Amino acid sequence: MYVLLLAIAVPFLFPTWWMFTASLKPIEEVFAFPASLIPNDFQISNYAEVFRLQPFLRQYWNSISIAIVVTLITVTTATMGGYAFARINFKGRSKIFVLLLSALLMPAEVTLIPIFRLMVKSGLSDTFIPVILIPAFGAHAVVGLFLMRQFFLDFPTELEEAAEIDGLSRWKVFTKIALPLAGPAIASLAIISFLYSWNLFLEPLVFLTEPNKYTLPVVLPQFTDTYGAPIFNVQLAATSLSVIPVMIVFVMAQRHFIRGITMTGLKG
Amino acid sequence: MAAPVLFGFIFLVLYPVLSVIRDSFTSYNPLTGDAAYIGADNYTRLIQDETAIEVAKNTFIFACILVPVNMALALFLAVLLNMHFKGRTTFRAIFFSPVIVSTVAWTIVWKYILQDDGPINYFLRTVGVDGPNWLRDNPWPMISVVMVQVFKNLGMNMIFFLAALQGVPEEMYESSEIDGANRWQQFKKITLPFISPTILLVAILTIAGAFQVFAQVLLLTGGGPGLSTTVLSYYIFINAFQIFDLGYASALAVCLFIFVMGLTVAQWQIRTRWVFREV
Repeated sequence: MYVLLLAIAVPFLFPTWWMFTASLKPIEEVFAFPASLIPNDFQISNYAEVFRLQPFLRQYWNSISIAIVVTLITVTTATMGGYAFARINFKGRSKIFVLLLSALLMPAEVTLIPIFRLMVKSGLSDTFIPVILIPAFGAHAVVGLFLMRQFFLDFPTELEEAAEIDGLSRWKVFTKIALPLAGPAIASLAIISFLYSWNLFLEPLVFLTEPNKYTLPVVLPQFTDTYGAPIFNVQLAATSLSVIPVMIVFVMAQRHFIRGITMTGLKG
Repeated sequence: MAAPVLFGFIFLVLYPVLSVIRDSFTSYNPLTGDAAYIGADNYTRLIQDETAIEVAKNTFIFACILVPVNMALALFLAVLLNMHFKGRTTFRAIFFSPVIVSTVAWTIVWKYILQDDGPINYFLRTVGVDGPNWLRDNPWPMISVVMVQVFKNLGMNMIFFLAALQGVPEEMYESSEIDGANRWQQFKKITLPFISPTILLVAILTIAGAFQVFAQVLLLTGGGPGLSTTVLSYYIFINAFQIFDLGYASALAVCLFIFVMGLTVAQWQIRTRWVFREV
């Protein structure tokens, strides 16, 4: 059984290995025959090339700062919304919830054209506003709401009821009682929100036109020669820089990742 | 307290869906400045557009390969990794790891691996096989795009199935063993019916996802060779954001919307025939 599992694991592990090793090879060695599993000739300068060809540090910072803002907004609104849908009875609650869930299946291409039109009209197209608003308030926010609602539904009501009898307001019950206990769920939500923004491609590709404003997924395919063919070793060096931090955090916080992502059925 | 999410939904999901339907009846194009109401012209054009017909066909071929391969492999791995053995958490993490990597990074690495003189063909050559040019020789480009997507998102479905398998009561297997059922019979008569609600959920999400594959096509093949890997979401992107024919792109987007929602509703309707439990 181990042999079978290892064989199936090859297409899952092998790409990461090749990405990293090829990023350290001189270009002649990248396609050399026989191929080398470990570079014969380490060429660290591929990494320097990444920063020479593109304002990569700036783009890295763009990705980080956008992801942080998206995460903060999503965590705030989805926690409040999730609590409301789990605990507060308001008119049409279940109908509204089903309507919201339809967003989970909505292809991004369907909603993007009108949003593009709106952003161009309001002069916001080459700014970070759309690439923050779409993940923080669009379909992904519904994913977060769904996750937090699920958490609060599974959560015993006694504590909150006791607090209410003591005369605490709805808002106080939420901030003083429910919120402090929601730590693990919020951690999962923060991870998936950060990842979602970090990996977002279509929206930044459509809205961001200046290299200084690019995020990582937009710039990675652009390490090409004058004919548009990828410079593989440099491109893979840039890709390694964008993937390896995420991989390290994943290895350390696997449980949070897997729970967060699967509680929502997040796509993409 | 739910207000921010509701407002966001109204402005970024509900309003755009209604607008895209409205725009699909116009000749909206920001380059020419057109925005006239042209009735159903975009839809008649769509039916006569041979490219669009080809693209729709490719989209269905893509989904028809991706969905069964992804779900069968995910379920198979989940069953294997549900057994008790040393190192199963490591294997789960390995199969799950591509889910957290961006589609762009994953695709870039695979583009390199699938090059004519890249690692896969190198390995094939060492065992004496002359591999095809995976991204150029039909039918391999379509198969490559599908497989890159399968490896990327398989881990997610695997975890869904694992969670469902862990919910199957142990007693059910024990009592059927007394009745002399073998492993395969147990799987068919106990496991599958028990996890059928999860299979439905996974099917809905995987099909909806299959219609949205975009970055893989753009970066791996650019829709080619010819049109052979151009799928609907990529065709919408080209029409909308490369040639700015937003009216026509809106009509295409409405079709995509109808496909995804139609298939979801259809699966929901026929669920009572094969889903044995309500969740």
